[in-house]
Amino acid sequence: MEPWEEEEGPEVVKRFMYVNRRAPYGTIYALECLEVVLIAAAFDQDVSVVFVDDGIYQLKKDQDTTGIGMKNFSKTYRALDDYDVEKIYVEKESLEKRGLAEDDLIIPVEVVAADKLREIMAQQDVVISS
Amino acid sequence: MKFGILVNEGPFTHQASDSAYRFAAAAIEKGHEVSRVFFYNDGVFNANKLSEPQTDDRNLVALWAELGKANNIDLVVCIAAALRRGIKEEVLQDGFRISGLGQLVEAGIENDRLVVFGD
Repeated sequence: MEPWEEEEGPEVVKRFMYVNRRAPYGTIYALECLEVVLIAAAFDQDVSVVFVDDGIYQLKKDQDTTGIGMKNFSKTYRALDDYDVEKIYVEKESLEKRGLAEDDLIIPVEVVAADKLREIMAQQDVVISS
Repeated sequence: MKFGILVNEGPFTHQASDSAYRFAAAAIEKGHEVSRVFFYNDGVFNANKLSEPQTDDRNLVALWAELGKANNIDLVVCIAAALRRGIKEEVLQDGFRISGLGQLVEAGIENDRLVVFGD
């Protein structure tokens, strides 16, 4: 190492996975999970975000919340890319069960089958599910 | 082992906070360390000192505060989740502190395990 190079301790980089299981409205879990992901992105960790079960509705295009008086926060998912959160997984089975396809989603995602998702999940250090 | 704990539900509607409390107490009794408990979602209600359960019910707000004090656990309430639910310094039980979501990420980084209790 050259003297002008700063010596740094080993940076801890852990694999964090955030699992969204619920519809965007009806409960606050989806919104508050998104808030965590956006903060977590600033920590230089290996972040992935997963959408399964009704959680995939969070990414549905053309959401209209005027009838329920809630803020439509679906466009905020587009910010994930700006925050360098690039690993976004959607479970294939959940998508198919709900008659949806990748084209129905507001952001590009990686569609993965449940058994593949299970493998990815097993590789994580921290899994936060809501 | 060093544990961080995330509590996502309040003390009454769900069992999550009770389970988290019992997990934390059991881990400490077995010689493990619980460095931080982070309260998120309705979990922030666990820090509301105005909470008055009936006298024959357990009081989780007090129990968490006692466990934290006795074992030097950092009890952190998420500021964003707390503000929208009216949990502020003036109603905060002694032993808890209000801080940002970064404390949750940090708990994930610095502990051997982050254990999540929710619905």
